[in-house]
Amino acid sequence: MIGGIFVDGGLLAMVVVVAVWTILVRDSFAAVIGYACYGLLLAFAWVRLAAIDAALTEAAIGGGLTSVLLIRAVVRLRATEASAQAETPGRLQRILAAVLSAAVAGALGVVVLGLPEPAPSLAPRVAEHIASTGLGNAVTAVLLAFRAIDTLLEAVVLVYALVAVWALTPDRFWGGRPGPKYAVEPNGMLAYLARLLPPLGIVVGIYVFWVGADLPGGKFQAGTLLAAMWLLTIMAGLTDVPPISRRLLRIALAAGTVVFLAIGFAGVPLAGAFLAYPEGFAKPLILLIEAASMVSIAVTLGLLVVGPPERSGAP
Amino acid sequence: MNALTLFGLCGSALVGIGLYGLIVNPQPLRKILAFNMIGSGVFLLFGFVARRGAALGMGGDPVPQALVITGIVVAFSATALAVALLLRLHEATGSATLGAADGDGAPGA
Amino acid sequence: MSLLLDVWTVAAVTAGLFFFLAGTVGLLRFPDTLTRLHALTKADNLGLGLVVLGLLPRVDGPLAGLKLICVWLLALLAGATASQLIARLARRARPPA
Repeated sequence: MIGGIFVDGGLLAMVVVVAVWTILVRDSFAAVIGYACYGLLLAFAWVRLAAIDAALTEAAIGGGLTSVLLIRAVVRLRATEASAQAETPGRLQRILAAVLSAAVAGALGVVVLGLPEPAPSLAPRVAEHIASTGLGNAVTAVLLAFRAIDTLLEAVVLVYALVAVWALTPDRFWGGRPGPKYAVEPNGMLAYLARLLPPLGIVVGIYVFWVGADLPGGKFQAGTLLAAMWLLTIMAGLTDVPPISRRLLRIALAAGTVVFLAIGFAGVPLAGAFLAYPEGFAKPLILLIEAASMVSIAVTLGLLVVGPPERSGAP
Repeated sequence: MNALTLFGLCGSALVGIGLYGLIVNPQPLRKILAFNMIGSGVFLLFGFVARRGAALGMGGDPVPQALVITGIVVAFSATALAVALLLRLHEATGSATLGAADGDGAPGA
Repeated sequence: MSLLLDVWTVAAVTAGLFFFLAGTVGLLRFPDTLTRLHALTKADNLGLGLVVLGLLPRVDGPLAGLKLICVWLLALLAGATASQLIARLARRARPPA
């Protein structure tokens, strides 16, 4: 369709312009806000690429959680802004950097223009075997049946990242609560939103998880929604972050990976290989893994945003 | 060139822009931001490859799409760790840059 | 009948785009935070509402239409909350004379 090139071209031009502005603007806070806009525009680009699951994930994590993380950091680092700006490299270094970046971008562009025709694709092989998983969404089938080991390793990487963040705790606060204590303003706007939105957000999150079996969605997007609702109640002061030494928190973090590993090892006697699903039981097992992982992902992503403990564990 | 190639070229451009930002911006937080931009450019290239593999009623090859979803989540966790390191550096030494001009800051308690 | 629905879609979406344009012009041209917030809420409420109204004839099934309206209401809620919080901060930073 002839209109397609204008819509896509306009969208991608906006993405590139916002990206350039984000890199070049002087103030760091403005750069972080620019990055949030960039993430949301990129979610549009994913929709145009007919990858709705990736669009949901990019909007939620790229445009949502990463921006929250960066805004909290840039506000804390405001005092160092001036001294850091004094270290900007000189004109010659900037020209060399521009030449290098242009060369890298140019090389990738040449590769893009020289890709083989017709395009190789694994879609026919996925379509051949997807019936045995009982799922309708090809991306979920790839994530949890055909490439399940990648998803298992990713769940482990998330836990590792959280442990690494916790390793940065000052010794005297070990086992304490992350982040500052937010004062609650009982009739304030944020408290109102934090009472109104989370019930709806939790329902939408569980719906996105449930419908991810057949339509775009899945546990990552659902886990991010649940994490966002949790963070909203924390920032409004309605709940406090639990201390990291609490057993229930650690069980919630480990639950996804443990269930995944258990089902994986159970596949060895029952179906002949690690992470193989027995005949006819694929969909219930996949949903069980997804449910446990959704809870773990929500707790892990929320804790990654609030960071290492900064207070003692006392209420 | 059709509209689809634009996506691949945009991904390459974003990698280049992010690389420039990574080298030129002195604040570590903006380097983290530029690194994320490089990552999202790479993911867009994956999305372009996935769309080219559309077949049999699917809008795109699902395998690169699954890789991208995994990649976005892992990139977020790496960003969270980098930001936590940066904030801890700021807390321990009072500065947020990587310059060695002031000598070593004493490790915080 | 379908021609009428197409005309409705184009008219409503164009009207919505006009409000988005007005909101953006207001954001760029108004002098201070409170007036800019006022301009942005026009884009949110009226612009998005008209776009959603324009897209309603094109959905397949009432559930999808309900989801579209839910999206509009949630965007309203988020916009209203954010505007209130920013306005409160702006008033604290620079109290009106």
